[in-house]
Amino acid sequence: MSLKVEDLTVYYQTLKGDVKALEGATFTVADGEIMGLAGESGCGKTTLANSLILLKAPMRFVEGRVTLDDDEELPVWDMEKMNPFRFKKLSIIPQYAMNAMNPTRKIGKMTAELLESRGVSFKKTLPELKRRLDLVELTHDVLKMYPIELSGGMKQRMVMVLSTLMNPSLLIADEITSALDVSTQKAVAEMLVKFRNQCCNSAIVITHDISILYQIADSIMIMYAGQLAEKASTDAIIHSPRHPYTKLLIASLPKVGVKYSERRLTGIPGSPPLLLDPPIGCRFRERCPVAFEKCLDVPPFLEIEKGHLVACWKEFARDA
Amino acid sequence: MKKQKKKNEFLYFALRNNKLRIGLIVVLFFLVFAAVGPMLTDHSPREYVGPAGQPPSSEYWFGTTTFGQDVFTQFVYGLYPVFLVGILGGGLGTLIGMLVGFTAGYRGGLVDEGLNVVTNVILVIPAFALLLIIAAYLTVRGFVVESIFIGLTAWPWAARAIRAQTFSLRTRDFVDLARLSGMKPRKIIFTEIAPNMMSYLVMTFILQFGGAILIAATLDFIGLGPTTGISLGMMMQYAVLWGALQLGMWWWFVPPGAAIAAIVGALYVMNVGLDEVFNPKLREM
Amino acid sequence: MLRLDGVSKVYKVGTFGGKELHAVCDVNFDVKDGEVVSLIGESGSGKTTIGKMILRLISISSGAISVNGVDISTLKKGALKEYYRKVQGVFQDPFSSYNPIFKADRVFRMIREEFYPEMRGREWNDKVENTLKAVGLNPDDVLNKFPHQLSGGQLQRFLIARALLLDIQFLVADEIISMLDASTRIDVLNLLADLKSRGLSILFITHDLSLGYYISERAAILYRGCVVEIGATEKIYDNPLHPYTRMLMASVPRLDKKWEEVKAELKAKQAELGSGCVYYERCPEVEKGEGCERRRPTLIEAEREHFVACSRYLEAE
Repeated sequence: MSLKVEDLTVYYQTLKGDVKALEGATFTVADGEIMGLAGESGCGKTTLANSLILLKAPMRFVEGRVTLDDDEELPVWDMEKMNPFRFKKLSIIPQYAMNAMNPTRKIGKMTAELLESRGVSFKKTLPELKRRLDLVELTHDVLKMYPIELSGGMKQRMVMVLSTLMNPSLLIADEITSALDVSTQKAVAEMLVKFRNQCCNSAIVITHDISILYQIADSIMIMYAGQLAEKASTDAIIHSPRHPYTKLLIASLPKVGVKYSERRLTGIPGSPPLLLDPPIGCRFRERCPVAFEKCLDVPPFLEIEKGHLVACWKEFARDA
Repeated sequence: MKKQKKKNEFLYFALRNNKLRIGLIVVLFFLVFAAVGPMLTDHSPREYVGPAGQPPSSEYWFGTTTFGQDVFTQFVYGLYPVFLVGILGGGLGTLIGMLVGFTAGYRGGLVDEGLNVVTNVILVIPAFALLLIIAAYLTVRGFVVESIFIGLTAWPWAARAIRAQTFSLRTRDFVDLARLSGMKPRKIIFTEIAPNMMSYLVMTFILQFGGAILIAATLDFIGLGPTTGISLGMMMQYAVLWGALQLGMWWWFVPPGAAIAAIVGALYVMNVGLDEVFNPKLREM
Repeated sequence: MLRLDGVSKVYKVGTFGGKELHAVCDVNFDVKDGEVVSLIGESGSGKTTIGKMILRLISISSGAISVNGVDISTLKKGALKEYYRKVQGVFQDPFSSYNPIFKADRVFRMIREEFYPEMRGREWNDKVENTLKAVGLNPDDVLNKFPHQLSGGQLQRFLIARALLLDIQFLVADEIISMLDASTRIDVLNLLADLKSRGLSILFITHDLSLGYYISERAAILYRGCVVEIGATEKIYDNPLHPYTRMLMASVPRLDKKWEEVKAELKAKQAELGSGCVYYERCPEVEKGEGCERRRPTLIEAEREHFVACSRYLEAE
């Protein structure tokens, strides 16, 4: 199954006005693709994730189309109409999900309630549930435990199992490795890859840690201040990025093997703009080392090489 | 500049909050009434002015007692001590509670354990029994003594609440930073911790204020209150003592009772409103 | 400069304090003048506890911490304040380090009131401005603002400036950039490295190994309160010896190698050193716990005139 998003624009309503959190997002996720979604805080990654599946107040749908498999348009603006799709066609592991499990419910009971609410019989799903638990290396006893008895990694794996129980075509995982220790991070990330073939088709993995994406994602999409900056295969993003922001970002990441005394890395001066009243045109303009007059127009997100999309006038000019 | 904006944001929500507005209006109304009331009558509360047991009329707005005293006069003179005891007693309770709560919460360890024991003991002592003993020794008592007594017995609630808050604030990074700056503990409590608890402290005071009024009314009602003067609670005591219930003289005990309920109720409603103002998550958007 | 000798921290937990929780057990290491040492560990490793003990924010259960030869574990009041002139700390969450109801520069005012009460206004302002510039902040941008008006990176630099106002010799940096955005992290990290080249010693506490590699000369790996490995940063990263360190190095997501590559490299390196049987990796008959990974067997006589270099035949003998 594939996901196609066109011109998705979502604002947050606040007392002071609309915060333009997501502006004109256009991209596709192919069947079986694990796409990483990366960017700094406030860039709109969680907004994008939520607008695909959980668009509710204070978010406000402005425009856009989301299509599944080239024929089914998702009514993302209507929480009610999205119900049949949620959990079955697309599913999400929200940020901090592992802390959101009801502490007074045993895990098995919680799962049963979840399934019943979707009109699925717990008894019938139990064998499949057990198989999934084996897949993530959790014992079946976990169904009889309370969330507090599980470690962070175990909770995260449990949440992954729950979110993919109905075999959704698209799984959105929001910062599932952030709060974990290094060794658990690796286990959870590798588990996600295992899931791809068995429990879901494609996945969007949201994180601010690009090195995790390097390890498990097929492609990476970089966002900045609510706009899409670049999308390409993982290798292309890490080794040959085209967008100025991506280039600066990758260059500023410390890597094992690089010492300060040998090579001084540099950051990006300035800070992201506030989205209540964002700058016109390309939002990276003010911090961009190669900005010029054309940047006052919003650059479209275009394919400059096969599978490599960028929103940058400079790069278009270079290729033209 | 931003601090002003923050203050204005606070005022903005404060003035818009219905509970706060209503509560404040009711309390202020009674306060003004207490201040202005005595000027509306020309006799003193205990004076025998008219026929006994009269229901409210144009001459005696709240009727008269079984002794022919003007209930309205008693009412307006009785309002002031209510506020006095409330503020004095509530204030004293809050102060002691702050002293004990801050120290226990900040120091922790043995100091905390010791203060906890003291707090719990005071909490558990039956105040009435104590008061009976005191009443036996102090044959002449005024409102100030009553306030002090209430303050000295009501502080444990404030102390516990403040201690809990202090505990949680103490572990915050900015307190660590203050310690790293060589600040003395007392300075840290007053300049870092207390200002962050401002809303909590204000609400604690309001609760103590309301609570003190209620306790005073109860004490007055059962006769353990001051031996001189008149307060709303004492009015109710006399009313019941002198058969107002049996004689159906509702105008003697209903106004003071209703007034106390209104004032304390208004204070609690204000408290809820303040909580919403201070805590943005509770605000109804 | 700084030295920890057998430092431990024990918490009493459970009802009536019956049980003991060893947060830090018998830690020894030192930091020399002008050196950056990384203290690397996951959550629960005790690294923050050690940092707080050095800063005397938590008491030390046993052992001694000495700074320039003086044991600081029992300093009180006046002496403790003098100690804070030389040693300061910066913490992880920039927003929680500031009292939200006051302006950010209050942290400077606190320093002035406690340590420089007689300094005149103009002199103080100059000092503040110079220090702000030294950490890469523009005084006009950051003074007179509330914490929520500044970014995380600015706030952390502000805190470093505060420490520098005191002319410190040692800084405890506890995960100071983990809550910052990727693009500002490197700036703060570079700042620390610059300060080091000017003579400041730093204890850099982190869980992120790539940061440790970038900035420190030596690294100490912490697990459950104990130091499991310590040494020059390159040596630890290139050739981790302790199994936990090896697991850490194999698990950290890197930007230049995939996990499988790192795992294979580590295994190969290990085999290179000859610590185990040369055939270990491909041996179809090896079982866990046989010790084949560790011991290189010498030729054993399995039967008359028949020698074999395999640990399996040790038991048979």
